[in-house]
Amino acid sequence: MSPSVPDSFVTAESISEKVKSGEWSAVEILDKYLSQIEQHESEVHAFNTVLEGEARAAARETDKRVASGETLGPLAGVPIAVKDNLCTKGIRTTASSRILENWKPPYDATVVQKLFSAGATLIGKTNMDEFAMGSSTENSAFGPTRNPHDLSCVPGGSSGGSAAAVAAGFAPISIGSDTGGSIRQPASLCGVVGVKPTYGGVSRYGLLAFASSLDQIGPFANTVRDAAIVHEVIGGHDPKDSTSISEPFPSFLDGLDHGVEGLKIGIISELMGGIEGISPEVIGKTREAASVLSANGALIEEVSIPASLYCLSSYYLIAPAEASSNLSRYDGVRYGLRVQGETLAEMNINTRTNGFGNEVKRRIMLGTYALSAGYYDAYYGKALKVRRLLAQNFDEVYSKFDVLLSPTSPCTAFKLGEKTSDPMTMYVNDVCTIPSNLVGHPAISVPFASGNDGMPIGVQILVPPMQEALMYRVASTLESAKSNEQ
Amino acid sequence: MNNNLKDDWELIVGLEVHVELGTKTKLFCGCVNQFGDEPNTNVCPVCLGLPGSLPVVNEKAVIYAMQLGRALNCSVGRSIFARKNYFYPDMPKDYQITQYDQPTNMDGYLELPSGVKIGIERAHIEEDTGKTVHVGSTGRISGSDYSLVDYNRAGVPLIEIVSYPEIRTIDQAKEYVEELRGVLLALEVSDAKMEEGSIRVDANVSVRIEGEDELRTRCEIKNVNSLRSLGRAIEYEANRQIDLYENSEIPSQETRHWDESDGRTRPGRSKEDAEDYRYFQEPDLVPLNPNTETIEMIDQGLPSFPSERRMQLATLAQMDVSEIALIVERGHDGFAAETINSGAAPQVVIKHLTNNLSDGLGELTPTAFASLIQMEESAELTSTQAKKVLGELVLQGGRPQEVAAQFGLEAVDTDELETLINQLITDYPDEWERFCGGEKKVQGFFVGEVMKSTRGQADGKVINQILNERISD
Ligand SMILES: [Zn+2]
Repeated sequence: MSPSVPDSFVTAESISEKVKSGEWSAVEILDKYLSQIEQHESEVHAFNTVLEGEARAAARETDKRVASGETLGPLAGVPIAVKDNLCTKGIRTTASSRILENWKPPYDATVVQKLFSAGATLIGKTNMDEFAMGSSTENSAFGPTRNPHDLSCVPGGSSGGSAAAVAAGFAPISIGSDTGGSIRQPASLCGVVGVKPTYGGVSRYGLLAFASSLDQIGPFANTVRDAAIVHEVIGGHDPKDSTSISEPFPSFLDGLDHGVEGLKIGIISELMGGIEGISPEVIGKTREAASVLSANGALIEEVSIPASLYCLSSYYLIAPAEASSNLSRYDGVRYGLRVQGETLAEMNINTRTNGFGNEVKRRIMLGTYALSAGYYDAYYGKALKVRRLLAQNFDEVYSKFDVLLSPTSPCTAFKLGEKTSDPMTMYVNDVCTIPSNLVGHPAISVPFASGNDGMPIGVQILVPPMQEALMYRVASTLESAKSNEQ
Repeated sequence: MNNNLKDDWELIVGLEVHVELGTKTKLFCGCVNQFGDEPNTNVCPVCLGLPGSLPVVNEKAVIYAMQLGRALNCSVGRSIFARKNYFYPDMPKDYQITQYDQPTNMDGYLELPSGVKIGIERAHIEEDTGKTVHVGSTGRISGSDYSLVDYNRAGVPLIEIVSYPEIRTIDQAKEYVEELRGVLLALEVSDAKMEEGSIRVDANVSVRIEGEDELRTRCEIKNVNSLRSLGRAIEYEANRQIDLYENSEIPSQETRHWDESDGRTRPGRSKEDAEDYRYFQEPDLVPLNPNTETIEMIDQGLPSFPSERRMQLATLAQMDVSEIALIVERGHDGFAAETINSGAAPQVVIKHLTNNLSDGLGELTPTAFASLIQMEESAELTSTQAKKVLGELVLQGGRPQEVAAQFGLEAVDTDELETLINQLITDYPDEWERFCGGEKKVQGFFVGEVMKSTRGQADGKVINQILNERISD
């Protein structure tokens, strides 16, 4: 029996309000979630580390501060699960890799600091594909995470642990990272809300880099509003991240209920049958979502993003290229795993051979090759051209449309082991989500329907950079239309 | 232009100079940029390359780099950082953040005291590595028991200045480095100490038959720690290559290390196992894009550089640049100008500054210096006396007239000398006859006698003048 969403479904917002008013105690709230973890974590395996003791201490501290009349932040007493590639001071941060199995960072990621300042209680570090490389969380050195809706299915990835944690009721909210869809795709497969913010909108300081120009940290939640609240907490300029945007973003919450009347929404035709491999069922549900928005007063039209045909190829050159460099530092010299050898080079090789899993090795090799002298122009250079072309495509489309709509994942959650033998079938899972990463635009996956297999289907809403307020507004409209229907 | 090369061979040298910038903090983090501290004390997650850390560029280092660029007549424009990927334990991220195809400074030149302009291809910003110490008998990596790495230097800002292969003599190579030091010191962007490694020079050396247009294979010589070794290393390497060509062999393109103790270069990495650095744009940093105001502000703030200062002093003194270059190098050109402007004879000012003031100016003021030179010129003091007074003015300061009086120095006047010389001619008739017969060495005898009786206070020039007048009488 799958754990599914707990009966007493509560939002992070209501937890925080009630903790602050003294109606609920942070410890009580935490215990509810801890008991859910205790009952179902062995089946789901959402966590690499559950921080029971630390979380209890933090919750007690929150209750004390409430009692002493302190003003607490918007996530006061809210348990939160954080992906295991975000640095947590003194707490094991592994990226689900043997190479960092016992590494404890001496500092907190900026996002983690902001969550603490907002009063959140860190309940655990979630499982993921090793170094965020994968779409099913099966590439974890510590075993796969399972989909709470059907334990024989994957939760998606790479932030599968964070998506599953929210879906299983282990935490009301969680944090993931999204390089090619690693938040949105598992959100879709697990039936939760998942957001990839504008590149530079959330500080990457303290995020173990996979592909620096694509990585972005974002929230998972049960509701669009909760996701927006968490996003506001973790977002904002950080002088420690040079790619962080210094201009302030408009409030994500203010216009949440303003509807979609008069908005021009384009459906990306390439992702609605133009590109092979997207299931007709998913396409059908996305069209339903468009009808819902149309019924709410939006103008819907099909649009073409021609460069999206080359996104997958471009992404699987750029991301591995950056990864091959970002992962060089795991050499056995300073921290993490060291496997001795006769010479320095042998030690480096032994460490990396034993420390990295196959998918990580595959991508390091791909990336190293793509950047090599004599191949750079043909591979990495061309991939960058596609990226520029794609940005032009989006600019053109956004001169006529306010918002774009597409499927999030080409299919519902698949079975464990179903796609592990062929990396290419696995890579295709990111086809709808990759474009936003390549251009640095924000996108959200909102749970919208269920497939014939009973598994969740999400739809993706895309907007121009820094237009998250609009994105949340459209998502919220879709969310309420769905709940009215039920 | 003696290169100690065999006839018909021409030397071709390009230099790559790494300069450590003297910023307070490192290039990408807030750690102190300081030499000689306890190992691994000036470190943080960023310069240790810990997972999740990100670089943030030090604006001061960028300004320093741009100042240097403008001083080297480079165009300064939009630039980007790149990653140079290779594994080495003293490089915390196993890649170095540097600049590749779009460096901060491009296409400039450095004018040498001889007037030759050496083209500068680029001057880019990059981070330094840590230092590895191999512990064990040999001090080398092979055979050492273990190695220790100190990351205090990791992330220290460097500028790499790459010249075109336009240097044609060993002296030019040394002059180039000296001149560059002068520019760095004038800018106050580096302490520019070659011995402490704040300037590191690699030389790309090749040779060709004079008159050839094409460049031949070059070798990069590393591990040169002084100007003297630079000269020796270039000479050794050029001759090694010539010997190979003359034996119908061809040198292979490689990195070679200079061994100071036995005066040879030895092969390091060869081309076959040369690394592919897989450069690509650093995604953690944004491009540097100075606007015209920034460049104007930098230009306005530049100090005057050795080449201009040499030109100014040479013009003022009406002398050749080569005669006053040393004074500019010592930073005494301002002092020289002030003294000359107070009315002192430029030739004498330059003479004293070059020969008698190499240890510094001490308490000497331009006014005192100028009056001393006037006293010397009007023969109130002999040049020996002037030198003595000058020494005292450097130590104690004061006015030269008073110092001369204190020492009881004043040149014996001409009338008195004439009387003395007349007496000597009477006393030594034989010697006088020989002198008149053209035996020049007897002149020394008469000068010596005059000096003896005046206790050295006579002006040698005046004595010679009187002696010669007497012959013609
Ligand atoms: Zn540091």
